[in-house]
Amino acid sequence: MTYEEILKDLVEKDERFMILTSENRAAIRNLPDQIGDRFIDTGITEQTMVGVAAGLALRGRIPVAHALASFLTMRAFEFIRTDVGIGNLPVKLVGGFSGFLSEANGPTHQAIEDVSIMRGIPNVNVFCPADEEDMLIGLRKVLESPEPFYIRYNNLKSVYKHSPDFEIGKAEVVSEGKDVTIIVYGVLFSQAVEAKEILETKGLSVGLINLRTVKPVDEEAILNAADNSKLLVTIEDHFITGGLYSVTAELFLRKKIICDVLPVALKDSWFKPALLQDVLEYEGFTGEKIAERILVN
Amino acid sequence: MKKEKLSELKETAFRVREHIIRMSGDGGCFIGASLSCADLIVYLYKEFLNVNKNNLKDPGRDYLFLSKGHDVPALYGTFAEIGFIEKERLMNHLKTNDFIYWHPNRNIPGIEFHSGSLGHLLSIAIGVAIDCKLRKQNNKIVVILGDGELDEGSVWEAALVAGAKKLDNLIAVVDRNHFQANIETEKLIPLNPISDKFEAFGWKTGSCDGHNFEDLERAFSEFSIETGKPNLVIAETRRGNGLPSIEARADRWFANFTNDEVEMLLKELHGGKITELTSETIVAR
Repeated sequence: MTYEEILKDLVEKDERFMILTSENRAAIRNLPDQIGDRFIDTGITEQTMVGVAAGLALRGRIPVAHALASFLTMRAFEFIRTDVGIGNLPVKLVGGFSGFLSEANGPTHQAIEDVSIMRGIPNVNVFCPADEEDMLIGLRKVLESPEPFYIRYNNLKSVYKHSPDFEIGKAEVVSEGKDVTIIVYGVLFSQAVEAKEILETKGLSVGLINLRTVKPVDEEAILNAADNSKLLVTIEDHFITGGLYSVTAELFLRKKIICDVLPVALKDSWFKPALLQDVLEYEGFTGEKIAERILVN
Repeated sequence: MKKEKLSELKETAFRVREHIIRMSGDGGCFIGASLSCADLIVYLYKEFLNVNKNNLKDPGRDYLFLSKGHDVPALYGTFAEIGFIEKERLMNHLKTNDFIYWHPNRNIPGIEFHSGSLGHLLSIAIGVAIDCKLRKQNNKIVVILGDGELDEGSVWEAALVAGAKKLDNLIAVVDRNHFQANIETEKLIPLNPISDKFEAFGWKTGSCDGHNFEDLERAFSEFSIETGKPNLVIAETRRGNGLPSIEARADRWFANFTNDEVEMLLKELHGGKITELTSETIVAR
């Protein structure tokens, strides 16, 4: 089933589901005709859409609300925090074109602080699938959860056969490694796979963890990696502040663990707008460049 | 309106004002805005809304959302009078053993949603109104907005959406007390003409004297579902209404009165002499 087919199926089988958008229909263009009045487009009104979603949730619905990740999480931030977060309502916020997926749109559209600000809201969870297949594996459990969720929508074609076992708060441990463990979420998963392969040709034992949900985070998987590997590498298309690197640092400080962590993230500036592959090259986030960074570390 | 009904409403509103005045001591409250909408809230709960202590969870009940959360003492005072909460509970105002603080929250029976951040509850109410329509229920969904709150852009975004979605089961009421926090609305960001603005957004509008129960009844009797337009009622009110010593004063927005002042204000409400207030004016909270 595609993303749209899963939503359609949920809407048809469960009267709680409603599909919303603030005039961003990229991922759901076929749904309006298929689900009738269970589809609501509020126009280019991210704040109102989030408020409306909270109102629907008050009435027992599970609204799945779509907008561009930057405008959803930042323009409507206070509505998410105040109405969805304080209200602890089962609103699902789907951010499109997050991180590097905004490609050539430029800084206005770059949601590269979204994970940080969403995970900072009590009650709000964060799901960052590695690719389309990974997203579809986890989608039902995330949407059916009684808790609020921010979802980094990701329809990149999969390069890896993911485990069909999905549990909120449980990472997909692709491999364990003695020398290096790469911890990654979202679109950079495929680059991490490539980096792992390169490092393995150099004789290194490489672990790879696809986090899936950044909040709740799989602490056990990260702690195991810290125990077994000489170096941890966190990879994210996100500012270095508040994302996975911070999640890891918070965990290690709390557990009094000292270990080597190499962050691969955006440092205090927006990225060069271009097509995805060119962004990866320019910013140094291709598998090859990541492997180089790890080797010189 | 029958005489008995009118005197009963006045009686209730009077007691609600007493509750509000008591909450203005020992930590204080937003007394000005609470007094301006006391009659409106009493009218809505006693005469207009189909909501009572027995149907508070019934999805077919009517809803009231207080978007201008400052005036929650008026709402809690009304709740105590109509039996949503025990009157004694109002004594817990600002105490950690309860949830009666400066803004509404859902720990108190009858509060449909928390507020305090302005410009939120019109969109929440739209979500509820859409769902009521989907379920073919004829509930009325009322949102009370402050006039100062109309400065918030999200109100207009939501107003646009409510018009587009033809939510005739939605009634926004503006407590038009002509004040922002500390400044008269027309001197800072003029709002007039409010009804023209909403009409341009596809709303049906009306107005009334928000301190006159017969006029409130006239204005709300004009409401009917199936007009295809959301409804706006501008309730013309006076900040601090009922207490000449603080009425329509910019500096009596938030007040934390001494026990003596509270006693004098209660007497003033009962027709006694005008209180000479010496408490410090608090202009921001």
